[in-house]
Amino acid sequence: MSEQKGSMNHVYGWLLLLPAMVFLTAFTYYPMVSTLFMSFFSDGTAIRPSAFVGLENYQFLLEDEIFWKVLVNNLWYAAGTIPTSIAIALMMAIWVNNRLPARGLVRMAYFTPTVLPMIAVANIWLFFYTPEIGLFDQIGSVFGFPSQNWLGDPELVLGSIIVMTVWKEAGFFMIFYLAALQSLSPELEEAAHLEGASRWYIFRRITFPLLMPTTLFVTINAVINSVKMVDHLFILTKGGPDNASSLLLYYIFEVAFSFLDEAYASALTVVLLVVLAIIAVGQFTLMDKRIHYR
Amino acid sequence: MLKHLSKTFKRTALATAMVLGPVTMASAQQVELTMYYPVAVGGALTKVVDGLVAGFSKENPGIKVNAIYAGNYNDARIKALAALKSGKPAQLSVMFSIDIYELIEQGAIVAFDDIVETDDEKAWLKKFYPALMENGITQNKTWGIPFQRSTIVMYYNKDAFRAAGLDAEKPPATWDELVAAGKKLTKADGSQWGMMIPSTGYPYWMFGALTKQNGQTLMNGSGNETYFDKPATIEALQFWKDLGSKEGVMPKGTIEWGTLRQNFLDQKTAIMWHSTGNLTKVKSSAKFDFGVAMLPAKKSRGTPTGGGNFYIFDKTTPAERKAALKLIRYMTSPERTAEWSIKTGYIGTRPDAYKTDALKKYVVEFPPAAVARDQLEFATAELSTYQTGRVRKLLDDAIQAALTGSKSPEEALTSAQKQADRLLKKYR
Repeated sequence: MSEQKGSMNHVYGWLLLLPAMVFLTAFTYYPMVSTLFMSFFSDGTAIRPSAFVGLENYQFLLEDEIFWKVLVNNLWYAAGTIPTSIAIALMMAIWVNNRLPARGLVRMAYFTPTVLPMIAVANIWLFFYTPEIGLFDQIGSVFGFPSQNWLGDPELVLGSIIVMTVWKEAGFFMIFYLAALQSLSPELEEAAHLEGASRWYIFRRITFPLLMPTTLFVTINAVINSVKMVDHLFILTKGGPDNASSLLLYYIFEVAFSFLDEAYASALTVVLLVVLAIIAVGQFTLMDKRIHYR
Repeated sequence: MLKHLSKTFKRTALATAMVLGPVTMASAQQVELTMYYPVAVGGALTKVVDGLVAGFSKENPGIKVNAIYAGNYNDARIKALAALKSGKPAQLSVMFSIDIYELIEQGAIVAFDDIVETDDEKAWLKKFYPALMENGITQNKTWGIPFQRSTIVMYYNKDAFRAAGLDAEKPPATWDELVAAGKKLTKADGSQWGMMIPSTGYPYWMFGALTKQNGQTLMNGSGNETYFDKPATIEALQFWKDLGSKEGVMPKGTIEWGTLRQNFLDQKTAIMWHSTGNLTKVKSSAKFDFGVAMLPAKKSRGTPTGGGNFYIFDKTTPAERKAALKLIRYMTSPERTAEWSIKTGYIGTRPDAYKTDALKKYVVEFPPAAVARDQLEFATAELSTYQTGRVRKLLDDAIQAALTGSKSPEEALTSAQKQADRLLKKYR
């Protein structure tokens, strides 16, 4: 009897896993494996069929200046967006967690950018950044700043895109911090007050450590977003000028669907996957140890 | 990436369903055609195409046509190639005129020379403007028939011209006049620029105009050689850069394709170079008197053509090819071409379309429509080679590198040429 029950549990278990497994296999694991496989072949056409080329695609990758440029861009993009958006999100969350007039309205205002589709946002910001007639130049001209070609200057373009991304992302992360703040028990803060701790000390030694699980979650999301979100590039810059704002995933898209070079796109994708895997492992092993879970 | 993959998967599935569906249903006498077409400038164009197809169906009850809107040019190509890989593509499609080498290399399309039989059909191939055929002919065969085609023209603000003491009816006709007019039109306080040439989105296209004006083409007719490092090409890029950095009549850095029209409409620039595809919108939104002129000349006038051609796919039965040819001939007949041109703003693709009453009348009412036509005499093919996406990007990057000052025009173009040579060597 017990043996039968055990085997039934076994079946139940697999049945419960099945839907997720089917979808994950079809849309995640199978594409990953076939990408790896394809990266060892040359790109085939009707005239020149695809052939096994070993590591040639990876060889080309090492020599590809654009690849290195977009990789460095992506690092700057990550460095620019992740800490800033998290810091701003935390500040906004603490701010709207206070008792203040029209709190609901302020919360909604902070969250609005998240609700808007990225393509729509990019279309709006395209006009913000337009020289002369754009919002930023018009505000600047009031204070006597000269007109800037925000998206047309290689020195400014990546920064401009980072600013927009932070604006878009911070509200989303704020929601998580807000939820976490509301679940913190007020007794801790009150006790610290009685002990005469300053507000900054309370934040540093009590609130922030208690928020660490949320910070981990938000950081992982921010890291993923920094390689995943490229929708805005299609509208804002198409990676230009001269690849100054191109990111890894956008370059992969270009190679795959504009150059139709699936083999090289696969090699690039493999690199992206490896980088992401390393980051994910690093985050979980290193940060997990420093987090207090309740 | 996952999003893209699943999108591609959906597209493939959809395309397969679209293609397989009609085929199994087609009976013996009835020929069924599936046609993809892209819309690059949006709006009511799908209705115009549907109208044309309906007219064809009425005249040819034996042929059933499914005209399927396939997104922008890039989407249409991806869809068509996905359908090809999945077994059986559509029978015909409108696609980017510069996709020709890619499609030939994939074995996707059949040359019209292999389909036309009667003298009448053979003569039809010669009815179009030669400049518009350049992107459709290679290896001595015609692969694409011009349909939705455009060129670059110069839009200028007549009020601004008058305010600067220039003759509003005499737009600059040479590079020197352009610079001179630009200097008068540029206001010192930065509230108005003399001119803007867009350098994002399609920089290679604008550059094709400048090089043609300087007596140089960007590639050969076989699509396996580029001329990026020729002295005249470098000179053209130097001129473009100088407009911003030396003459000061244009902003420095790159100029956004997407917002340029708004800059012109807000009178922040007195001159813009843009596609004829913007004519209708500028006409309806400009609050000032504007003119449309041919692009100016250095050695001669010049512009590249742009837009979409009809292609017939290789995997088709003889009966389907005949039917597809019939459909294309209907859509490109002088009357239909005139109707299409008036409703969309695209160029009439053949001289006899301009002899129809409808188009004659329209040109009189709206002279800018004639500018694009007259400029065809000086037009050349849009940049198109084997590995066209990569080669185009090499040139785009070189142009932007020069305009933003990170490389000199000579340095940027020489390096682009070197890399293009490496890509195209195997096609020679």
